[in-house]
Amino acid sequence: MVTLRNLLAAALVLGIYSLVMAALWVVLDAVDVAFTEAAVGAGVTTVFMLLAIAATGRHEKIAHRRPWLPILASLAVGGLLIYGTLDLPGFGDPEAPAQQHVAPHYLEQGEAETGVPNIVTAVLASYRGFDTLGEVTVIFTAGIGVLLMLGIVRRRRAGAGDDDDDTGERE
Amino acid sequence: MEALSHVNYWAAIVLAMIGLYAVIAPSNLIKKLIGLGMFQSAIFLVYITVGKVEGGTAPIIDSGHAVYSNPLPHVLILTAIVVAVSTLAVGLALAVAIKRDYGTVEEDEIDEQDRR
Repeated sequence: MVTLRNLLAAALVLGIYSLVMAALWVVLDAVDVAFTEAAVGAGVTTVFMLLAIAATGRHEKIAHRRPWLPILASLAVGGLLIYGTLDLPGFGDPEAPAQQHVAPHYLEQGEAETGVPNIVTAVLASYRGFDTLGEVTVIFTAGIGVLLMLGIVRRRRAGAGDDDDDTGERE
Repeated sequence: MEALSHVNYWAAIVLAMIGLYAVIAPSNLIKKLIGLGMFQSAIFLVYITVGKVEGGTAPIIDSGHAVYSNPLPHVLILTAIVVAVSTLAVGLALAVAIKRDYGTVEEDEIDEQDRR
């Protein structure tokens, strides 16, 4: 999708990629994330992309800039990151620090304390409910931002009718 | 097995590199946002990988299972996916607004118009 010149095709490949990632989340035991990725990542994102491409044109102009600097920068960052992973605990290690801190408490006490057997839901809605409120605030702010940006521009240029303002409040 | 224990991280890093390249290299703003989406997925992969426990199952308490994967990264990434879509929506709205004002979403042409 990086080399595709047709943006419509690139957006659809992004949607397929997102769906494949959702399958990967199921394999990695993150079923709630898989739901969200399939609905929001593959669904809503693709709709937004298609709306935006409809408004901006579907063909990318052929760029005559040299790709070597971006490639070099990406490789340098990737090399540093791979160097950083060498100290990480191995895949699926039950003794890893990430598995030792607060997660066991949630898994052992979560159902008794909240009454929800799905621990992801329990943490999201009960233990970290305020964070979820913050998340909703972010979505609200983004919705207002989108509406303002598209709305103000439309008022200034009355006549240039275009209606893709449903990019707003989504969950 | 020891040699393969970091493959997931490396796959995520390769995805992140492709995403980073796609943010820097193209001059089309929509293309940059697609690259940003790839980069974000790569970060999600790192987190979900950290949460996976060998032999574990999805963190839904059930008498038939004893080992569960870590639910915390799942919560974080659930939030992150939704926030990612919000940022994407704002970015796309910016691109549409730029298209209306400049008549193009190609970075080079926007720069040229600004220099005049």
